[in-house]
Amino acid sequence: MIELQDVTKIYRMGSLDVAALGGVSLTIREGEMAAIMGRSGSGKSTLMNLIGCLDAPTSGRYLLDGEDVGRFGEDRLAAVRNQKVGFVFQTYNLLPRLTALANVELPLLYGNAKDRGRRCLEALRRVGLGDRVNHRPQELSGGEQQRVGIARALVKEPSILLADEPTGNLDSRSSEEIMGILQQLNRDEGITVIIVTHEPEIAGHTGRIVSIRDGLIVDDQTVAEPRQAAVQGMEGAGRGS
Amino acid sequence: MNALIIIRTAISSLGANKLRAGLTLLGIVIGVAAVITLMSIGRGVQATITERIQALGTNLLFVRPGETSSRGVGGGQGSASSLTIEDAYALSESEFTPSISAVAPELGTSAQVVAGRKNTFANITGITPEYEEVRNAPVEFGRFISQGDVDRNATVAVLGYQVAQDLYGFRSPIGQPIRISGRQFEVIGVLEEQGGSSFFSFDDRIMVPITAAYYRLASSRTTQGGISVQTINVKTQGVQVMDSALAEVATILRLRHRITGEDDFTVTSQQETIEALEEATNAFVFFLGAIAGISLLVGGIGIMNIMLVSVTERTREIGIRKAMGAKRRDILLQFVSEATLLSLGGGGVGLFLGWVLSNMLNDRAIIGTSPTQTAFSFDIALLALVVSAAIGLFFGIYPAMRAASLHPIEAFRHE
Repeated sequence: MIELQDVTKIYRMGSLDVAALGGVSLTIREGEMAAIMGRSGSGKSTLMNLIGCLDAPTSGRYLLDGEDVGRFGEDRLAAVRNQKVGFVFQTYNLLPRLTALANVELPLLYGNAKDRGRRCLEALRRVGLGDRVNHRPQELSGGEQQRVGIARALVKEPSILLADEPTGNLDSRSSEEIMGILQQLNRDEGITVIIVTHEPEIAGHTGRIVSIRDGLIVDDQTVAEPRQAAVQGMEGAGRGS
Repeated sequence: MNALIIIRTAISSLGANKLRAGLTLLGIVIGVAAVITLMSIGRGVQATITERIQALGTNLLFVRPGETSSRGVGGGQGSASSLTIEDAYALSESEFTPSISAVAPELGTSAQVVAGRKNTFANITGITPEYEEVRNAPVEFGRFISQGDVDRNATVAVLGYQVAQDLYGFRSPIGQPIRISGRQFEVIGVLEEQGGSSFFSFDDRIMVPITAAYYRLASSRTTQGGISVQTINVKTQGVQVMDSALAEVATILRLRHRITGEDDFTVTSQQETIEALEEATNAFVFFLGAIAGISLLVGGIGIMNIMLVSVTERTREIGIRKAMGAKRRDILLQFVSEATLLSLGGGGVGLFLGWVLSNMLNDRAIIGTSPTQTAFSFDIALLALVVSAAIGLFFGIYPAMRAASLHPIEAFRHE
């Protein structure tokens, strides 16, 4: 359960204070799949950083599963990220010199996890990359790289998956695959999925669209019938691209 | 994050840029090898010097005149001419000196020496027959200076091995004439070769009767009469009676010189000389190590430099790791361990290289002409490894702190 109560974020740029978020209140229930929409500069990335515990709000309260994480220091936030949040990035953000397996292992290194090898393989299988574990990112297609990214986000079994423009660098077919995987994770495993995007089509895959402009929420609507990704399930994803 | 994972991550990060890691390593390798080699040489030289002095015997006392003082300005130890040959005889003949076994006064000067067409400058030492026993200077050919020679002011000379070689080559010098400071002497003996540094060797000396040295060669004479000497070598009955021998010498000389206040002579033991020399050679070894340490320091700065570059280059990686839950301590440890691994690896290779080098230099003439043993030892190796690890920690901590303090969002924005 994500609860933002009148949250602001002010960045200092030289001698100027810039308000990236000017008082946002938002509640996202567990197991929800939502999209945050807005143009660049609207404050949606800032909102995502706050929800993902990468940053602390300037004012207001952020309760994550009832914990006031807005007051946490850097290292406690790191622990929360490690345990509760999985990140999927537009540019994948894989470490180029590591294999797919080692990339997926990364979150496990920072939490005393046991059985790392098996869990990484399992996560890669879930995104249909069971046969690509020893490939390095540059040997994989964009869609495959993003699936490694999703496997990495999944491996600690987080309660929240945060995807920042997850299809921004992908062709439409790969985009459909990725959306299919995210939908399935939300539907079958009950993971809260939050997608930040500026494409209405991607947002249409979710059950709720929160629109943000100039650091304020301007619209919050439920999607009656979310679009289902054309390529369904992870078996299908495994043969993709 | 456990230690194994940290080390594995560090190795993989360093492996990503092998040439860079290798060159950084080289800086430490050279530094550590230099420290080990130079300190091995230093220790070897130190051991050689101590050994040679100890070979002379540790049961010796040296009596030297005190310093002259003119209007409060000291002339330095031994500058006075207060000791005479009579003092030496008194020490050896007195029944109140049971701890003393033999006494040998000496008077040194240096002079031009000519033999045939050869000509050299040598140290001339005026001595008495006891010198042979007290200072352990056995004769190889011919004979040593006798009491008769001393009584007659005989113009006879015993040559050090090197002097004999220089002046006569392979011919026998016995019975040959030699001109010392323009006066004709006759060679009656050659000393055994001693080898070693010129510091305590007789190889480059010429020995003549102390009376001849004083009356025929010395430049200055005392007005009180009696032969003034520079050193009285006193051989004691053994190491265990050094203290009583010292007291006996002091008592006799104070009586003879009618001293009520400050002594006009000083007595030092062989042991003190060794200790003083060891102190000096310790400084020498430390100095060598410090010079080599500078190159180690430069290597350490190289590590810091490359780690700073690495932190900048891998800002995005740091951001990713932080997003995945890495705490500041995790990032700090990662970069510190990379730096330490570099310096320890360099230390290990440098240790091996230093060991090989000091073995190669062993038994070679490094200083002077005589071979020197290098003394590679475990404590030097340990020191080098500890120092190189410390350098990695010291020079790695600042770049690592910069990495650890990066804010995850800032790190992500970095391209």
